[in-house]
Amino acid sequence: MLNSSSVLEFKSTTFFTPILILNTNDIAAIEQTLQEKISMAPDFFKHSPLVIDVRELNKSELDFSVTEIVETLRRIGLFPIGLRGGTEQQNSQAQKLSIPVDAGRDHDAGAAAQHDRRAAVATDAGAENPAAESMNGEDKSPKAAATAASATAGLTAQSAVPVQPVRTMLVTQPVRSGQRIYAPGDLVVMSQVSAGAEIMAEGNIHVYNTLRGRALAGVQGNTSARIFCLDLQAELVSIAGDYKTSEHITKAIQKKPVQIYLQDHALIINEIA
Amino acid sequence: MARIIVVTSGKGGVGKTTTSAAIAMGLAKKGHKTAVIDFDVGLRNLDLIMGCERRVVYDFINVINGEASINQALIRDKNCNQLYILPASQTRDKDALTLEGVGRVLEELAKEFKYIVCDSPAGIEKGANLALYFADDAFVVTNPEVSSVRDSDRMLGILASKSRRAERNEEPVREYLLLTRYDPNRVKSGEMLGLDDVQDILSLQLLGIIPESKSVLTASNAGIPVILDEKSEAGLAYQDVVARYLGEDRPHRFIDDKKGFFRKLFGGRL
Repeated sequence: MLNSSSVLEFKSTTFFTPILILNTNDIAAIEQTLQEKISMAPDFFKHSPLVIDVRELNKSELDFSVTEIVETLRRIGLFPIGLRGGTEQQNSQAQKLSIPVDAGRDHDAGAAAQHDRRAAVATDAGAENPAAESMNGEDKSPKAAATAASATAGLTAQSAVPVQPVRTMLVTQPVRSGQRIYAPGDLVVMSQVSAGAEIMAEGNIHVYNTLRGRALAGVQGNTSARIFCLDLQAELVSIAGDYKTSEHITKAIQKKPVQIYLQDHALIINEIA
Repeated sequence: MARIIVVTSGKGGVGKTTTSAAIAMGLAKKGHKTAVIDFDVGLRNLDLIMGCERRVVYDFINVINGEASINQALIRDKNCNQLYILPASQTRDKDALTLEGVGRVLEELAKEFKYIVCDSPAGIEKGANLALYFADDAFVVTNPEVSSVRDSDRMLGILASKSRRAERNEEPVREYLLLTRYDPNRVKSGEMLGLDDVQDILSLQLLGIIPESKSVLTASNAGIPVILDEKSEAGLAYQDVVARYLGEDRPHRFIDDKKGFFRKLFGGRL
């Protein structure tokens, strides 16, 4: 790699993970239902990571032990990797078991939409609601709902990775030889980038002038990042680690306004007409 | 308010000391009290170019270490009483320079002088960094060839990030380009980068083009700043540089061969 130490590197990505929504605190029923599901599709569930959703349980003010649920899931070959919708006490139980806790900030107002989205995600991931049939028919008093809402840690993102707000860095001075610029989001450079200078961004790079130095976009692994520049004379361009040196940039597009992007791990450089 | 000018380039042998001597003399001749400091500790040259090498008693490092007062170390130029030289130490190295010490000397000089010219050593190490740290203006001396241009670009990056003005987030150091050892004939034949090629990369305010000239070497050997040689193109070019720096609007000359006006005037003497 060009821009990180050889020992390790950090990248961020989005995973789809089945969410196990529990509607009962009856451990035996949960175990039995899960066993049945697994026997139907053993390969699918084998070593499957799961996020445990206990919001329904808390809404219904059902008593349960996170430790007990986690142990049960592990016993039947599943890997619980997260808890959502837990109370403070349940969250601390999960953390003791080294299980990350989702502490989203969804409000009750979005609960319905959220429920739909959750269902969609679960379907996307091929997981059904294993405990649906043992739904407990208790009344949901307004009081209980309010308690649940305050105790509920909702999710906005469908993944365990929080979505970072996009930040753009603007550079108006020339980037001289030997200077390095790192932008955690997008990078916009209005001046020239000299040979021997290095500009890096986790997002896209725009250079509204001559690019003579090195430009590395998507340095944390964002393969959809792009580089745009008005006059391509770069020493090196890279997107998410795939790079081309000036030697491999064809003459036809040199000194032209271009955009650079990744397509099937190939770095494409196109003139912007 | 004194203005501190650094003459810098990154690369060696491009004409920093020649330029420092010339512009310091030029400013002094215009009536401004000027000091020129040699930052090239261990490789003292400015005293030779200024022709005062036999009058050096104390030096810059002595002043920094408190072994001599600034007035004891300053040497008054024999051609111009508005010009003073602070020589470098020949027996020490750059480690003898300290940020605090240099700052103190410049502060003291600033009380008496209008312009303080800092002749930077080559490289991007301590000597060069301290020479530019306190600068208000930078004269970037560049030869029309790729390695010199790239090194100048690097110096500009350092000026923009490591100078005191940059660190304090003040108005940035004013950067000027001085293209030295320029030979229009070799530019024409493609052996040398042209002004446009250089400006393409550096895009700086051009203070002047100093043509390649034998008179520079002659002047150096004689210990008389070339700006005093009014018969040489280089001398005239430096006079233009000083005038432009002081705000005069003078057209650039010596850019191409065709304006043989001076050539005719001086019988083809370069």
